Amino acid sequence: MNDLMTVVDWSRWQFALTAIYHWLFVPLTLGLSLIVAIMESLYLKTQSEKWLAATKFWMTLFGINFAIGVATGIILEFEFGTNWSNYSWFVGDIFGAPLAIEGLVAFFMESTFVAVMFFGWNKVSPKFHLAATWLTWLGASISALWILVANAWMQYPTGMEFDPAQMRNVMDNFWELFSGIAVNKYMHAVFSGWALSGVFVIGVSAWFLFKKRNETFAVRSIKVGGWLGLIGLLLTMWTGDGSAVEVTKHQPMKLAAMEGLYHGGYSQGIVAAGIVNPKKTWNNAEDEYLFDVTVPYGLSILAKHDLNAYVPGISDIVNGIDVNENGDTINTVSYAERIRLGKLSHEALRAYDKARAAHDEAGMAKAMAELKENYPFFGYGYFDSVDEAIPPVGVTFYSFRVMVILGSYFLLFFVVALFAVYRKDWLQKQKWLQLIAMVSVPLMWICSEAGWCVAEVGRQPWTVQDLLPTKAAISEISSATVITTFWLFAVIFTVLLVAEVSIMLRQISKYSKTNLEIDNAH
Amino acid sequence: MIPTQEEARGLKNTLRKIWLLYYEGFRGMTVGKTLWAIILLKLFVFFVVMKLLFFPDLLQRDYDTDEQRADHVREQLTRERN
Repeated sequence: MNDLMTVVDWSRWQFALTAIYHWLFVPLTLGLSLIVAIMESLYLKTQSEKWLAATKFWMTLFGINFAIGVATGIILEFEFGTNWSNYSWFVGDIFGAPLAIEGLVAFFMESTFVAVMFFGWNKVSPKFHLAATWLTWLGASISALWILVANAWMQYPTGMEFDPAQMRNVMDNFWELFSGIAVNKYMHAVFSGWALSGVFVIGVSAWFLFKKRNETFAVRSIKVGGWLGLIGLLLTMWTGDGSAVEVTKHQPMKLAAMEGLYHGGYSQGIVAAGIVNPKKTWNNAEDEYLFDVTVPYGLSILAKHDLNAYVPGISDIVNGIDVNENGDTINTVSYAERIRLGKLSHEALRAYDKARAAHDEAGMAKAMAELKENYPFFGYGYFDSVDEAIPPVGVTFYSFRVMVILGSYFLLFFVVALFAVYRKDWLQKQKWLQLIAMVSVPLMWICSEAGWCVAEVGRQPWTVQDLLPTKAAISEISSATVITTFWLFAVIFTVLLVAEVSIMLRQISKYSKTNLEIDNAH
Repeated sequence: MIPTQEEARGLKNTLRKIWLLYYEGFRGMTVGKTLWAIILLKLFVFFVVMKLLFFPDLLQRDYDTDEQRADHVREQLTRERN
């Protein structure tokens, strides 16, 4: 058991490490490609060389990020096949289909249009080149769609039926993959990429202002980055709100963990800042927080868009207590009962296999009926106690606050940046503001990664919600292999990150010495 | 359907243009050369070193048929646990 948990834990750390590194590159690709497309459109519209220079500068940084980041996501697929082979088989074509589409789209769209975008200047018509730039952005965004649809399915498995003969889930409705969770998750991730890229453009431009080089170019870039970032952030907040409603419906335990809430209630407040009590468990009488500043009604509004709505806490969910839409207290299935039903589903599956081996049609039908009835709790059958089914509350709680607090800061950041940049020659003199803009760049990445921590740590212990916990999804491999590859990846990805940052800084420095202020506007 | 001579010439021209786009693009690169070196090295490390040495697809490697793979996963997921 100990070795199993070591393999599970190291595999989870490895997956987290590779996913976190991968996500360093992805949001910048999603947003910077759009900024480049907007700038090139402005160039074509105005025929002004200043927009061409800006387009080429940001396109170079996009290229560096794209080149270093490309294929970092493939490592995750390697891990599925090696570390998580039970999972890979169990999810069947549901997970495979979106990833296969993603592979094809990414390969054809990105390899074709990125090449035209970088090599096609003066070789294809300006309009064709612009189309390639927009299609690069579209290709990256479509790639993200399939990945996030697959991820959303793990959070809310739907559109499939379990086939005990094949021992895997079989897709029976492709369109159900586009659930509310999937749509909100996709838009949330993409729009956050716009916001992140807006901060990146403003931060880099602030460096030009700080060094008093290419100031007109920097101001122009801040205007584009500021507007796109602001729009992106507002849309991120809107879709984040949509995600919270969906999580409340389908993953109430995650919402409770995000809030560190054990005992819910009506008109539930939200903790704006606080420290969760590490000694608190679902079944003891400790206080939930060591310290908290609560905004009244906040969680009820976030979860159900209703001031007075009931929001259950972790202990309520474990005990099977919730409230329906009419406000009546109802009993859902308690976690102890879920574990019992999950074990019954395992027994039914074993009975099905025996009946199948004996060609006993009646036995198969009977076992199948029992399996089907209890399948929604299949994953709980792997637990010995309800504690195993509760996510790490502290990490989820703090990640959520880091994301929200930094997200709110960036709303202010964009408003101030836009206000400052439209005041004639003002921003150029505000060194402190330029410094804040530069320092804010890594904060935006922390904000973005914190969002993923909420989504992924908050859904633990599940690889597929309610159906397959990590301890069952894992392959029979040695922990030594996983530990070795963990450190290998840690080194490789760190080298890649250092390469990205240093090449980018070199390019920014090089461009700062060239004239990006050329203007032949008609 | 056999293409006419003119169609064949048009296709050849298009392919030549695509080839030149990539060829001249790669030749004219400055920072791109470093990036391509990183990309190629990275792909080598990922697909040759990591994939072949450390990340086999276990079910593909150890079993010949889907039925055997299903049986293995069944054994893994339905065994009695303590």
